[in-house]
Amino acid sequence: MSSNVMTMPNVQMERRHWLSALHDWVTTLDHKRIGILYILYALLFLVVGGIEAVIIRIQLIRPHNSFVSPQVFNRMFTMHGTTMIFFVAIPILFGFANYLVPLMIGARDMAFPRLNAFGFWLTALSGFLLYFSLLGGSGLYGAGNAPDISWWAYAPLAMKAFSPGHSSDYWTLAVLLAGFGSVATAINLIATILCLRCPGMKLTRMPMLAWLNLTMAGMLLIVITPLSAAQIMLLIDRYLGGHFFDTQAGGSAVLWMHFFWIFGHPEVYVLIIPCFAFMSEIIPVFSRKPIFGYPVMVAATVCIAFVSLSVWAHHMFSVGMNSYANSFFAITTMAVGVPTGIKIFNWLGTMWGGRIQFKVPMLFSIAFLFQFLIAGLTGIMLAAAPFDWQLSYSYFVVAHFHYVIVGGILFALFAAFYYWYPKVTGKMLSETLGKWHFWLFVIGFHMTFDVMHIPGLLGMPRRIYTYEPGRGWDTLNLIITLGAFIQGMAVLVFVSNLILSYFNGARAGNDPWDAWTLEWSVSSPPPAYNFASIPVVASRRPLWDLKHPEDPDSRYE
Amino acid sequence: MNAMTTPFPGAAPTPFPGTWSLPYRGKVAMAGLIIAESAIFTIFVVAYLFYAGKSLSGPTPGEVLETPIFFTVCLLSSSLTIHFAVKSLARGKRRAFLSLWVATILLGGLFLFGTGREWHRLMSEHGLTISTNLFGTTYYSLVGLHAFHVTAGLVMLSVVAVFGFAGRVGTDQSRRTDVLAMYWHFVDAVWVVVFTVVYILGR
Amino acid sequence: MLALLFLLVATAPGAAREDPSNGLTNIFAPESTPAKSILDLSLFVLVITGIIFSVVFTLLVYSIVKFRGRAVDAGREPAQVYGSTQIELAWTIIPILIVVVLFLATARTIHAVQDAPQPATALEVTAIGHQFWWEFRYPRLGIVTANELHIPVSDAAHPTPTFLQLFSADTDHSFWIPQLAGKTDLIPNHPNRMWMDPHRTGIFLGQCAQYCGTQHAKMLLRVSVDGPEDFNAWVRSQQQPAVEDEKVIAGRRVFETTACINCHRIGGTVANGQFGPDLTHLMSRETIASGAAENTAGNLRLWIKKPEALKPGSLMPAMQLSDADLDSLVGYMESLQ
Repeated sequence: MSSNVMTMPNVQMERRHWLSALHDWVTTLDHKRIGILYILYALLFLVVGGIEAVIIRIQLIRPHNSFVSPQVFNRMFTMHGTTMIFFVAIPILFGFANYLVPLMIGARDMAFPRLNAFGFWLTALSGFLLYFSLLGGSGLYGAGNAPDISWWAYAPLAMKAFSPGHSSDYWTLAVLLAGFGSVATAINLIATILCLRCPGMKLTRMPMLAWLNLTMAGMLLIVITPLSAAQIMLLIDRYLGGHFFDTQAGGSAVLWMHFFWIFGHPEVYVLIIPCFAFMSEIIPVFSRKPIFGYPVMVAATVCIAFVSLSVWAHHMFSVGMNSYANSFFAITTMAVGVPTGIKIFNWLGTMWGGRIQFKVPMLFSIAFLFQFLIAGLTGIMLAAAPFDWQLSYSYFVVAHFHYVIVGGILFALFAAFYYWYPKVTGKMLSETLGKWHFWLFVIGFHMTFDVMHIPGLLGMPRRIYTYEPGRGWDTLNLIITLGAFIQGMAVLVFVSNLILSYFNGARAGNDPWDAWTLEWSVSSPPPAYNFASIPVVASRRPLWDLKHPEDPDSRYE
Repeated sequence: MNAMTTPFPGAAPTPFPGTWSLPYRGKVAMAGLIIAESAIFTIFVVAYLFYAGKSLSGPTPGEVLETPIFFTVCLLSSSLTIHFAVKSLARGKRRAFLSLWVATILLGGLFLFGTGREWHRLMSEHGLTISTNLFGTTYYSLVGLHAFHVTAGLVMLSVVAVFGFAGRVGTDQSRRTDVLAMYWHFVDAVWVVVFTVVYILGR
Repeated sequence: MLALLFLLVATAPGAAREDPSNGLTNIFAPESTPAKSILDLSLFVLVITGIIFSVVFTLLVYSIVKFRGRAVDAGREPAQVYGSTQIELAWTIIPILIVVVLFLATARTIHAVQDAPQPATALEVTAIGHQFWWEFRYPRLGIVTANELHIPVSDAAHPTPTFLQLFSADTDHSFWIPQLAGKTDLIPNHPNRMWMDPHRTGIFLGQCAQYCGTQHAKMLLRVSVDGPEDFNAWVRSQQQPAVEDEKVIAGRRVFETTACINCHRIGGTVANGQFGPDLTHLMSRETIASGAAENTAGNLRLWIKKPEALKPGSLMPAMQLSDADLDSLVGYMESLQ
């Protein structure tokens, strides 16, 4: 790479009083800073949620363990689920979207910078509101405690009769607020992508990342709002004496399940689609080939988005729907597998015939492909409704969705961290620590979540704080817990890599990976205004065109 | 790699060949908000229809509801007034804009008054509150959610009106008032659905 | 990297343990028609997904090895390929065909299990989920019991399947005996139905599968599948009112004059509570507290004195009784054969 990079006035580097720096961060409207705030916020909660997971795993390390009481255990898995979905996964993906989308479409900021900041602070408030329940959620005995209604908050368990006190109210309000924050950011992303693309960047020339975040944001609008509506109903029930989910007054517990899963299932796709986006940027760069079948990839994503809106009740195969409803949700769920499979095949097609460079981002991406494949196949098993009658609510399901969320989403996020960290900080992450992180995490992950399928097959239900000896679950749970510790160690390596490399990392330069999208054309970290002059693009890989003027992409598209 | 020194040499001097126009961000964002709001209303409507006739005790909708024709006409005609208000503004007729805008606010306010009167009647004459039965719960929630959106709309319309009387709303603001008009049309369209569900299907 | 499938396959033989009669909760060891149909479908799905896994896994490994970047081609870019319509079509159509096949098999099993007609010889049982125990009622036989379900074995010549009506008294629960049938939820204000026809006698275990509150974990299930004679004998004994024994009259008085009767019923006495398990034939059950402890005098005493010790968070209150009263009460309990 040429050292004679663009001379951009960098962000002000002189030492200032920390209060004024803090003030700048708190009041910032810059999409990059808001993106970093989102990511740091999510990392904080990742650690909190991870500690909760470890507590859960220690309690289950052997039968009849008494590390924590059943009440505490139930609070732990409720908080773990809620935290990881609403205060880790969504914010961290929003953080990346915020940071990358304007840079990749050649814009100077998001369409609505103030709305952007508002969305972040609303999300931030909601996370702290949830954890304030530990102090303020006076329960039956007047002491503070966290909600223990599980992250589904199924009625009537979440009603006043079975969940007195305020802990569930904190849960409801936190989720409601987080929903509003998400809608704000989703609207902002859509407006940014549709209205602020640089000249020449037609929809068909957008980077995959922009396309997939557009799809994700569009889904969020119609996915998270049903949850908000259901939370409003729950609040009406709990505070105004309403009867939406009050089974004593003719209300329906099943209606809540429908409302929750109309949100809950597409939500998984809301989370995985931006991760598909990371894969679709990282795999081509490290295979040194353009993404295989760009139009098909976009179409498959939009297809997933639509089909995933009609699969929710596969979480409810055992609640007694009739056989036609069960069959319908079985076929729609299996049908989602088709476009998802197409995506995996296209990533394979991208690697096929390339020159694969095994840098850390690519290692995580390859692991993602393996694990996402398995997660998809266990998903097909769960879609076969009768199989699901055995597997639902069991540890098999827990293993399946952790395969998606950890093996898929988290691995993709790690890949994204290693890939874009140089752009955000100007420093490379250490490859050595990165490889330690990768291998430790892979080993820990597979120890935990491969093995976790088996207790499910052996009849172990989820959300139990202890279990009976002699059912063949003991050793398996021990292995699962040990794997969790290894994953915890890997995360420590990762966090120390983030910190150490920030101070000691090698300088990254503008374009350390020899990549092709617009964010690599500006300095690292990018200036506050991103682009001194708004770029003009003629193809999907503007930097490829620049580096290979003799053979530009624009000739083939 | 010399090309990297000036990444986009063609950018500044030669403008993009052909025209490059993208949609207005305000409209796109409002469309997004409307889609999101529609999903919220859909859930409340589904709940209303699901629980129609399932109350374990009275009063029932058939016994107590009266069709609010007049106030419905008020709200729907406010869509017309705001439409012409925005058109007038685009053509530079600021006086016409202001009077139509104020008419919109008055019609919306009249509608809210109608909702309030009906609620008062239901509570005082029939003892129907949100906790009486499933009908009460779903009725007050759905109509109340809509009334809340009317209220929010009225607040925004009034802010524009204040600026209008201060002489600050000119032709160059017509795009922005247009965005607000989109919201107002949406609130009206939702009322058509709520009206159909509550006063026709649900009785 | 451990492939999940190998583990799955390894599990299936693990189903055949030395003592096949008792305490298995393995879905790969079905002992009843619904569980068997589910397993057949499951194996079919496992085979198909296994094949898909092997193919894609092989392709992935091949491309990683074959197309790894080498030192010799440093700096040169590979051929830039943008896509291929034929290939895209191929890997769209083949998965669609697989999905169609899987769906047809699935729909068939859904129909076979869920829409099975109820024969006249079927036993009807009503199961009601409570926080955190099971109530079983046999409406045609006039029996009420708790936590341990007794049902007759069903053979092909004389099918006597058991059809369960499922209700809940409070929150959601789920009835799951992996060897006998898939799970079905017990939901308030939403009656459900399920059936099973065990092919052999024995004890079958399971537990509540749907999170229902603090003690969800200790809401265990026992199903005793009895031969025809045993079952009939059990029915006759359950239909009797409670044994009256003069020796434990003091304990009975304690029971009848404390809060016990608010929640528990004992046939033939004034105790008529519905909130807790029916104790008329308490001693016919192997466990107490919904399977949390064995039914022994010591555990009974502990359970009455300090329920928190056995099952923290259960809705059974600690009875503040003197030691003498406690002893006589336990004595009375032990007389309830």
